[in-house]
Amino acid sequence: MALLEVRDLHTSFFTDAGEVRAVNGVSFNLDHGKVLGIVGESGSGKSVTAYSIMQILASTGKIVSGSIKFDGIELVGAGEKVMKDIRGNRISIIFQDPMTSLNPTYSIGKQLMEAILLHTGRNKQEAYDRAVEMLKLVNVNEPEKRMKQYPYEFSGGMRQRVMIAMALACEPDILIADEPTTALDVTIQAGILELMKDIQKKIGMAIIMITHDLGVVAQLCDEVIVMYAGGICEQGTENEIFYNPCHEYTKGLMRSIPTTDNNGEKLQPITGTPIDLLNLPKGCPFAPRCDNAMKICLTKTCERIQINEDHQAACWMNVKNSIEKEGGADE
Amino acid sequence: MSNTTEPLIQVNHLKQYFDINMGFFQSKALKAVDDISFSIREGETLGLVGESGCGKTTAGRSILHLYKPTAGEVIYRGKKIETKQDIQEFRKHATMVFQDPYSSLDPRMTVEDIIGEPLDIHKMYSSKNERRDKILSLMDHVGLNSEHAARYAHEFSGGQRQRVGIARALAVDPDFIVCDEPVSALDVSIQAQVINMFDELQEKMNLTYLFIAHDLLVVRHISDRIAVMYLGHMVELADADQIYDRPLHPYTKALISAVPVPDPKIAKANKRIELSGEIPSPLNAPTGCPFHTRCPYATDRCKEEMPSFEEVETGRFVACHRVKEVN
Repeated sequence: MALLEVRDLHTSFFTDAGEVRAVNGVSFNLDHGKVLGIVGESGSGKSVTAYSIMQILASTGKIVSGSIKFDGIELVGAGEKVMKDIRGNRISIIFQDPMTSLNPTYSIGKQLMEAILLHTGRNKQEAYDRAVEMLKLVNVNEPEKRMKQYPYEFSGGMRQRVMIAMALACEPDILIADEPTTALDVTIQAGILELMKDIQKKIGMAIIMITHDLGVVAQLCDEVIVMYAGGICEQGTENEIFYNPCHEYTKGLMRSIPTTDNNGEKLQPITGTPIDLLNLPKGCPFAPRCDNAMKICLTKTCERIQINEDHQAACWMNVKNSIEKEGGADE
Repeated sequence: MSNTTEPLIQVNHLKQYFDINMGFFQSKALKAVDDISFSIREGETLGLVGESGCGKTTAGRSILHLYKPTAGEVIYRGKKIETKQDIQEFRKHATMVFQDPYSSLDPRMTVEDIIGEPLDIHKMYSSKNERRDKILSLMDHVGLNSEHAARYAHEFSGGQRQRVGIARALAVDPDFIVCDEPVSALDVSIQAQVINMFDELQEKMNLTYLFIAHDLLVVRHISDRIAVMYLGHMVELADADQIYDRPLHPYTKALISAVPVPDPKIAKANKRIELSGEIPSPLNAPTGCPFHTRCPYATDRCKEEMPSFEEVETGRFVACHRVKEVN
């Protein structure tokens, strides 16, 4: 059994303008000790998927249907009591902006110890020791001195290290990282990613890495999910997604980023503008921007198609290609 | 690229200090940009990279005299920018595209008025019809429809807003544009559209860019040459490919090695050069070479003596005492 099983998750925000369907039928599994990357652009539903798992949606947001099973426990409709026990204890989350996710009025030590005191049976002294140990783990120098300091005395990279220490203090099974390095400089980002990789190996937890940066995914992930307009368009192992993309959106993304190879060539952008979640099209949500869209794409959404053992994609092009291939074989 | 030998923009020993109030009537100079010199040829794109706080944005702004430079000179087409009239005239030829398309457009103005404002300021039309025609042709240049003219900024997506910002920058028919992180707030798929547009506009209108960004892959893609800044100083300047394939300054080496390459095989084979410590505060900049506190090759000389920005190979400038030994 997978550690986390998400099945046909639908999450919507009910606004004055109407129902914003932020997540539309997302399903995936996460195994122990794996790193899953979720990539997508703003509004693709990647963060909302994570917030749905943690049930920390804004007040207008609601899980409409679907199931989230964590270690055999159903989380949808489980209630605050169950969630409180899981949040920060068995599933932790770190956010993009380490500036606003720490409380400026409490010392770092106090904030670190809070989670430990809440979730584990440790007394104050033990919690203090654990907090110091965690700061050492994330390579913060002079941890005893740092414990007494306040967030403003920390740089952005250091704050993100503190957030990671806090998230890992109770040895969670899953760490959800929501764009953890987006606000950081490249040299600091590289350090944080390496740190996450090291700790993951040491502790063996699973990571869900949410990012818009394919470069970050390439550094870290075992498996990748590509999201667009609240749905999963493609899912597979890292190598499959990068070297054998089978959804037109993923292919478009790969073509539109500057890499070390396409230097000097013109980038091939995805045309059009991002999707309006209030008015989702009838067929494939990417069809209006897709250069290869066919008639069926505009009327019918494609179910996920198994490309091979490690790879699924929801794109009609694969059906077309396989029909053409079979046709070719007949001749 | 143009054949003219005279650079379009020449920056000599530019310094930009800010007085920071330390309380009790004391103040201290924050040296945001400390003695940088470079030139940009006509039709060229110079990329300016560095981490947050290195002074790259400030450099762009003080070149345009949005701040009054503390010292140094900016020379445009052989003429030094000094008086108020110079600045006013200079701004007809040099404009700016800002990073954040959400805060750089006035929410109470229509797109037509946003793009038309520079025309109003410099009185660049003789009739209302001419103004409107100019605005519509600018909108056409950046891929906006004429029906967008009467709309307000909030009705647009990030990519379209950035197009409005670019149309505004083009309004005065400039030949030099400072692009301050113009694509970092945009989604990946939109980023490529805007980058391509910068390329096309450059070809069409023979524009010269100072392209400030922190995303090294984007900068490398768009730039002819790249300058690297650290703590207010310029540490390296060279051809875009050279700097990427064979960086000479220890800081550039570390920076390039930290770039997350969107290719798992390369990413996993990459050996990152780790830097110890963090960027010092520009209020307490170290003596000598600004990078010596984190440099793996630093010697006693680096701690005391500031290295000069020297041409080590043709067209390659590096500020490092040990550039020969290190490479």
